[in-house]
Amino acid sequence: MKKDLISIMDFNRDEYMRIMELAADFEKNPNQNLLEGKVVASLFFEPSTRTRLSFETAISRMGGRIVGFTDSSSSSVTKGETLHDTIRMVNNYADLIVMRHPLEGSARYASEVADIPVINAGDGANQHPTQTLLDMYSMLKTQGTLDNLNIFLVGDLKYGRTVHSLLMAMSQFENPIFNFIAPPELAMPIEYKKYLDSKGIRYFEHTEFTDIISEADIVYMTRVQKERFADPIEYEKVKNVYILRNSMLKNTKENMKILHPLPRVNEIHVDVDASPKAYYFTQALNGMYTREAIIAHTLGLK
Amino acid sequence: MAKTKLKVSAIKDGTVIDHIHTENLFKVINILGLDKIKNQVTFGMNLESKKIGGKAIIKISNKFFEQEEINKIAMLAPNANLNVIRDYEVVEKKIVEIPDQIVGIAKCFNPKCISNFEHMDSMFTVVSKNPLEVKCHYCEKINTKEQLIIK
Ligand SMILES: [Zn+2]
Repeated sequence: MKKDLISIMDFNRDEYMRIMELAADFEKNPNQNLLEGKVVASLFFEPSTRTRLSFETAISRMGGRIVGFTDSSSSSVTKGETLHDTIRMVNNYADLIVMRHPLEGSARYASEVADIPVINAGDGANQHPTQTLLDMYSMLKTQGTLDNLNIFLVGDLKYGRTVHSLLMAMSQFENPIFNFIAPPELAMPIEYKKYLDSKGIRYFEHTEFTDIISEADIVYMTRVQKERFADPIEYEKVKNVYILRNSMLKNTKENMKILHPLPRVNEIHVDVDASPKAYYFTQALNGMYTREAIIAHTLGLK
Repeated sequence: MAKTKLKVSAIKDGTVIDHIHTENLFKVINILGLDKIKNQVTFGMNLESKKIGGKAIIKISNKFFEQEEINKIAMLAPNANLNVIRDYEVVEKKIVEIPDQIVGIAKCFNPKCISNFEHMDSMFTVVSKNPLEVKCHYCEKINTKEQLIIK
């Protein structure tokens, strides 16, 4: 049976650890000719320069060739072709599909239509599993373990798919503690809190940064977007509450790390960038190694 | 009561489906594919019922359903009864059960779900039977019974 990566919960803890191991191997030696003679279809039905560059660099460093498109305006999709037909066509040409699509569930459907493996590079607001795995690799690298971590999730916890996937994945490890910092309008949805309750995992909710941040191993920041607020006045009230500044890091743990899926707007003040606790740029680089690992794993190359 | 019985004639062999809400009758016929079979099908609607008020009944000659088949109507007619008839006698009673998976019958409430754009079967996994909650196999959103739209 072929292996896809569609949803973060498709993998279990052992597979997460296998990906982490492979990512560490690619970090030591990023140029490995495992994809020689292979063609990877990079199908971006909506533009995402950051994710696409990360994937395409990973493929290039593994010696693979890339076909595809960078947004649907340059492809047959604008002529009304169904996703089904696009995938059937590409299935004839390539050995692997990496796809990003604005509709939720599109990657799952594509994986059912295709005979070749599909890696989901984001399907609307649903899943972005390679982001989650690179977040996990960043945590493992900096903390030495994925067990017993105190993880702070900050910002838009209602709509942010990255924080939801991260919560689900990290719940597979030993004894995590979650702290949620968000305005009430963007609080963590009840279904995720119920999930944590069912697993007996501890979590605490806050509406602003407090001294509790001194307990953090990881502070995972996300953007609070204006469009999420029905009332613009509510946004004006909260927009500066969720900005992390260097002065706030004073009592934090020596080895605490700040993560962010990027791009940031203003939620991490630039004065944090020089701190050894700022990890978001290295985190993005970790994405390339993690994607090399995911490609090798799905194709069974390692 | 005797009059009601006469409205839908008895069958020799086959299945009688009872306790369907009248408004769901044609959807039930559609889901079970009764509009496409060659068997004799008779139905009655707006019959009086103490239990559901305005019930419908379907009688299908020489047709016997597998449990899996009848479970397809669980979302529309959760209280439906099936009487298996042999030689004018009820020989077995079956009740519908909510299946673990619901394929092709319902529409996902999420307007951004791929299943609402492509020519494909929708698919849901039942996460709770009472109250009914299902998870879309594609967009992974939870649909409540109220949100689900029967095609
Ligand atoms: Zn859906």
